[in-house]
Amino acid sequence: MRTENQKAWFFVLPVLALVAFNALVPMMTVVNYSVQETFGNNQFFWEGLGWFEQILRSDRFQAALGRQFLFTTLILMIEVPLGIIVALSMPRKGFWVPVCLVLMALPMLIPWNVVGSMWNIFTLPKIGLLGYFLNDVLGINYDMTQQPLSAWITIVVMDVWHWTSLVVLLCYAGLVSIPDAYYQAAKIDGASPWSVFRYIQLPKMKTVLTIAVLLRFMDSFNIYTEPFVLTGGGPGNSTTLLSIDLMKIALGQFDLGPAAAMSLIYFAITLLVSWVFYTLMTKDDAQ
Amino acid sequence: MIELQDATKRVGAVTHIKPTSLTLQTGHFNVLLGATGSGKTSLIKMMAGLDPIASGKVLMDGQDVTRLSPQKRKISLVHQFFVNYPHMTVFDNIASPLRVAGMAQSEIEGRVEEAADLLQLRPMLHRRPHELSGGQQQRTALARAIAKDSRAVFLDEPLANLDYKLREELREQLPELFAGRGAVVVYATSEPEEALLLGGYTALMEDGRVTQFGPTADIYRNPENLAAARVFSDPPINVARVTITGGQVQLAGGGTWRLSQGISLSDGEYKVAVRPHRVTPVRASADDVELTGRVIVTELSGSDSSAHFQHGEDAWVSLAAGVHPYQVGEDHTFYMNPAHCRYFGQDGKRVA
Repeated sequence: MRTENQKAWFFVLPVLALVAFNALVPMMTVVNYSVQETFGNNQFFWEGLGWFEQILRSDRFQAALGRQFLFTTLILMIEVPLGIIVALSMPRKGFWVPVCLVLMALPMLIPWNVVGSMWNIFTLPKIGLLGYFLNDVLGINYDMTQQPLSAWITIVVMDVWHWTSLVVLLCYAGLVSIPDAYYQAAKIDGASPWSVFRYIQLPKMKTVLTIAVLLRFMDSFNIYTEPFVLTGGGPGNSTTLLSIDLMKIALGQFDLGPAAAMSLIYFAITLLVSWVFYTLMTKDDAQ
Repeated sequence: MIELQDATKRVGAVTHIKPTSLTLQTGHFNVLLGATGSGKTSLIKMMAGLDPIASGKVLMDGQDVTRLSPQKRKISLVHQFFVNYPHMTVFDNIASPLRVAGMAQSEIEGRVEEAADLLQLRPMLHRRPHELSGGQQQRTALARAIAKDSRAVFLDEPLANLDYKLREELREQLPELFAGRGAVVVYATSEPEEALLLGGYTALMEDGRVTQFGPTADIYRNPENLAAARVFSDPPINVARVTITGGQVQLAGGGTWRLSQGISLSDGEYKVAVRPHRVTPVRASADDVELTGRVIVTELSGSDSSAHFQHGEDAWVSLAAGVHPYQVGEDHTFYMNPAHCRYFGQDGKRVA
């Protein structure tokens, strides 16, 4: 005989409680702030969707969002191809494999604010090794504290230095999982190196590459610590990315309502773009 | 025709293939038979040009191809794993080597369709490998080998990853598929039964060397050494120690007979090997030697009965048609015609 009861719920309950505490509850407080106005003293006034409208219409938000998309696009366009190229040129077996892997993993092991400080000191004109070399040896006018272009180049190069390894390691994992038999078949067919890449390596790397692109998108879109330490969003507002702008509003100006609304919009954009990426990249498999 | 002349293969300081000379004829179905690690795949890779050879030569149709790339040797290789380009359709997979060779589109279509028909892949031509079953994937790989003009086709345990039924079907088809294509077919397997079923020629491999090569039936009947004799036997072949004095053979466990006409061996210690189906519980001729021993294990398989019995210090196996009432733990008498004995020296080499 079949017994029917609702006891199965108890199995899900611990996870539900955990998720509620670390995701849903904080999230709901943000939602709560985003629809209200406060002047302190724990007094709240209903604001409706006013903050959302104000944020979306503001030039400041749109400019920060534009900079954020520019930054993320640059990062993906540099790190993904570079990561694939580095992974392809790494040895598959022998003594150098562990050496390469450790060297690749090193940048990722450094705390984010240390990375920011390192590059800050490294690139300062007069003091920093690179800054001095560029200005005083090569004669290139470079100063990331004064020139927006220098600042941009510096944060992009820093991120490439910090995170290309992730793409490399994921692609490398995909590459070494390809059995030798595939390469032998290609050799017998007389396939060119390009064909081997296009028809064997790329399809076999696709899954890990999807993960790499998603992770790099999310991390670069939400980046905060390194540019905050490096440029603090300057010079001017030229490197004020979304998260930096958000912190200025939330903690600098203590505008909790607009900051909460902006957080939710920020979150929604991240979610939406991730979903689009994922759908596009896995479209073929579903068929 | 493929010829290996004293070819060796080394990886670092380890010799994988000891000096090997072998001539495989065009149109023949050649089986490389040996246990895992005996060097079958190494030998195939040497002939295919995938692995460099340390010394010696490889010739194809008389031409020295030792330094030639796999592509220029005009060969095909089918692996144990199903190797197909993952994001190409079955059609494109079969066509890929033809496209690389720069063949005209109309001819490519003709050849792909011919190969697809032979392997019953016609309805799957527009699917991708991951939408196919294991058997269909391997048939695609075989079709690629057939569509291409190859001087040699290497099949490296191509059926090992297929289930039993498919394996039998494809094994039956294989010799026909490649017959009359003007290619040397080389088939590696670790199963002796497969070599017998496929017929053709067999090269026995052991520990990086070819121990015997010839028509498969010849190797079965006239093994050159004890190891070769042991290969084609299930249950295992009987090996017993004998002493020969003046043409009289004395089994260590008891029993004696005169050497057959035409065989002369000097006095000394030897080993004899007799296949289990030559040892029966019923006397077949007046020349039969009686072997009495305690039955240890009996097995019935289909309509055959086998009995393992102890004869002196040697363990023997008898395999006979029909169901025989053996009692485990009791003594039974078995009969063996000395004419079926093969004689080997102490070093395992065949002497008569």
